[in-house]
Amino acid sequence: MIELDNRLKTALADKLLAMGDDELILGHRDSEWCGHAPILEEDIAFANIALDEQGHAAIWYGLLSEVIGEDKETYPDRLAFLRPPSEFRNAPLMELPKGDWAFSMLRQYLFDVAELKCADWLVKSAYQPLADAAAKVQREEFYHLRHTQAWTRRLGLGTKESNQRMQAALDALWPYAIHYFEPLATDAPLAEAGIIPPALEWQVSWEAQVLPFLREANLKPPASFELVAVDRLRHSEHLAALLGEMQSVARLQPDASW
Amino acid sequence: MILALTLDAIWSVLEDVKDPEIPAVSVVEMGIVRDVAIEGNRVIVTITPTFSGCPALQVMQEDVISRVRQLGVTEVETRIVLSPPWTTEWITEEARAKLRSVGLAPPPHHTGDLSLALMEMVACPYCGSKNTSVRNTFGPTLCRAIFYCNACQQPFEQFKPL
Repeated sequence: MIELDNRLKTALADKLLAMGDDELILGHRDSEWCGHAPILEEDIAFANIALDEQGHAAIWYGLLSEVIGEDKETYPDRLAFLRPPSEFRNAPLMELPKGDWAFSMLRQYLFDVAELKCADWLVKSAYQPLADAAAKVQREEFYHLRHTQAWTRRLGLGTKESNQRMQAALDALWPYAIHYFEPLATDAPLAEAGIIPPALEWQVSWEAQVLPFLREANLKPPASFELVAVDRLRHSEHLAALLGEMQSVARLQPDASW
Repeated sequence: MILALTLDAIWSVLEDVKDPEIPAVSVVEMGIVRDVAIEGNRVIVTITPTFSGCPALQVMQEDVISRVRQLGVTEVETRIVLSPPWTTEWITEEARAKLRSVGLAPPPHHTGDLSLALMEMVACPYCGSKNTSVRNTFGPTLCRAIFYCNACQQPFEQFKPL
């Protein structure tokens, strides 16, 4: 297995934090549908997916704890519940409010393909713990993608209104989805060392799957769009509100044991 | 005390520890316990999660520790491994029969391709008919899907192939 020098260690810690934050914030947004989904079956299904993504967040935070020498049992909870918004490194795609059902389904679909493509690459990562974790994530993402693909087709090819709502969601989400692939400032040496996929290669593999699929679902990504004005370091106002709710119980008594 | 402690004895008491979401089968039969080791005075039980978001994992860890402690061991540690990733292929044949007996259709056997596994017809655990249809690939827990038996008109759950 590859030996991590200090530079790679810091870069990998940054990467794992971003990956964990993406899953945690998206998982929380998804969970907001619990009790509100259009039908009971979907309520259950989407709550399952939300829980899976939070499980993935726990995996990435756990790996991060190992890399920086923190306690794997307690550090992930501290990361999730005791950090202020300014220290979160999730992509803005994840913090956007849940919107309507079309918006949430499409966001999850775009993310599922990206996560699966990333996991497909990571199973060969030069950093073995990352490869092991990716193999676990890969199998679960299979179920997510199967589900969100079905919804994307169903709504895209459904009624005039469902198609319009999906197209509006795609117009709004696309710039954020593209932004999501932007590498972190510290990613380059990790990609060179064969630890994470090169950003462009990852994005190209995502587009190769997403673009024909959307076309078949009668949905068209916007031809031109403005770059998003927020990023992983400067968040929108939505994140603070999300964390305010998500962290409220843990912050009442940070040292409580559950 | 330690003299009497054998790996077999530990494996045997672990048969008493159940997955709280599927109390019919033990964590050993489920393939969740990957290894048991004795190092000096310490017992180390290595376990692996079924689904990574499984909320039952912590309960199972606590149950493993308290059950092994009843053998007189004071130092019990659980270690969690992710590799190789858990698969339903590790569920023993006895456990599959037990799942069926509590109304949970066992997962189809597969060689890694889940899309093929999902094409298998699922037999109703109550009447055995294969005239069943999936209602939801996501069920009340991460590991279950919801089916309906068109023959005996009974809804049932299936342990999802993974």
